[in-house]
Amino acid sequence: MTTDFANTDENSTRTHMSVSVWRGEGDSGAFQQFQVPAQESQTILDVVAWIQQPSDPTLSYRYACRVGMCGSCAMMVNGKPRWTCRTHVKKVLQQGRLEIAPLRNLPVIKDLAADMTEFFDKWVKAEAVFHPSKTRDDAIEPINPANPKRIAASAAIECINCAVCYAACDAVSANSEYLGPAALNRAWTLLNDERDSANSERLQAVSGVGGCHNCHSQQGCMNYCPNELNPTASIAGLKRATLKHLLGWRD
Amino acid sequence: MIRPHRSHPLWYAFLLHRLSGLALAVLLPFHFYVLALALTEPDRFGEFIEWVDYPLVKFAEFGLVFLLAVHFFGGLRLIALEFLPWSPLQKTYAAIAASASFLIARAFFLSAI
Amino acid sequence: MLDVRLYLLQRLSAMVMAPLVLVHIAVMIYAVQDGLTATEILSRTQGSLLWALFYGSFVMAVSVHAAIGLRVIVFEVARLKGPALTLFTWAAFVGLLYLGMQAVYAVTAS
Repeated sequence: MTTDFANTDENSTRTHMSVSVWRGEGDSGAFQQFQVPAQESQTILDVVAWIQQPSDPTLSYRYACRVGMCGSCAMMVNGKPRWTCRTHVKKVLQQGRLEIAPLRNLPVIKDLAADMTEFFDKWVKAEAVFHPSKTRDDAIEPINPANPKRIAASAAIECINCAVCYAACDAVSANSEYLGPAALNRAWTLLNDERDSANSERLQAVSGVGGCHNCHSQQGCMNYCPNELNPTASIAGLKRATLKHLLGWRD
Repeated sequence: MIRPHRSHPLWYAFLLHRLSGLALAVLLPFHFYVLALALTEPDRFGEFIEWVDYPLVKFAEFGLVFLLAVHFFGGLRLIALEFLPWSPLQKTYAAIAASASFLIARAFFLSAI
Repeated sequence: MLDVRLYLLQRLSAMVMAPLVLVHIAVMIYAVQDGLTATEILSRTQGSLLWALFYGSFVMAVSVHAAIGLRVIVFEVARLKGPALTLFTWAAFVGLLYLGMQAVYAVTAS
């Protein structure tokens, strides 16, 4: 949608890119422009690293694996939440310009580093936490991989808590108590986990004013999830489960 | 000016559903008020109904029927999304909902003119 | 913002209205053919228990559905919260119910 292929020739002859980077602490700040050398092949993370290393060491940002496994480098790139290590500059460059900002819907610590505290607090609040039903002295629970519940859980468990979905979600922006797509997605996987013992608490947790019923199915979460997960579908599952629970329907 | 992260089809489907619902909710009291005149002020009721002969009014009514149909089909899409097994055809359903709404509103318009 | 109960009411009222909306649109398409007059409308609806029940249930369902829908909008967009939000929701429900039932009575009373 924002690929700039029409200007590819222009891009390949360009020597520098104009990169706007959010600078500031907490609520205050502004975009600062940098002229970054264009390489044949570079990611947005390469761009940010170039700014911080030879150009401006005061730039704060997060990354770890730089190969698309950890989710630490998630930022807003031209207004869309992405993993910067897996975003090729040529795919998002707009007439030689880039805009890089910290993840939306989260408080900013400094520059490109967002405060993930509320994201993880909501994870716990949604009971997206495993509650064992057995001790080490009990027999191991046999889990049949063909069980529909296991299939449902497995389809959603690859979440690495990068908060891209949380940044994309307008229901999160509109409701500060909304638990968000990631936490609810995880709650859904645990709801389907045969080994878990806290389903009653979990359904309560996702039925309140911040619960799954705030989702408007805009599907921004699944649109942007770099792991191709589908929190909207998980949340739909939670909606069904909470209704069944409310109406006293035994599963 | 739509924010970049919103520029995907299913966000527009959401927007259409929300705006159509809002418009219907706001216009409904007026609709009820005019109908209630049938009892209290039958002559005024008659006068209001005479407005339907004007082409611009017919076009506005087409708009209203479109809003109702869009909200209805969009609602069906949401109920299907939430209660039926997940389908990868979400964008297709949104397109079908919008087209069906237009066709129904068009049927109304052709009947009205 | 919705909790599970309001969500249920919203979806239930929607499902009640689904057939009613289709019938209403079909009736409108039929009724506007060859022009529309007040006499035409009232000759069909006045004294009709069927239309009274049909539109009465429609008004009941839409009052619930629209009140909850508006609640979500004023919460998300206007940031209305707490008692003010509850008051708004009830006011919308009662307002639509009252005006709607008045309209139903006006066109079906004989």
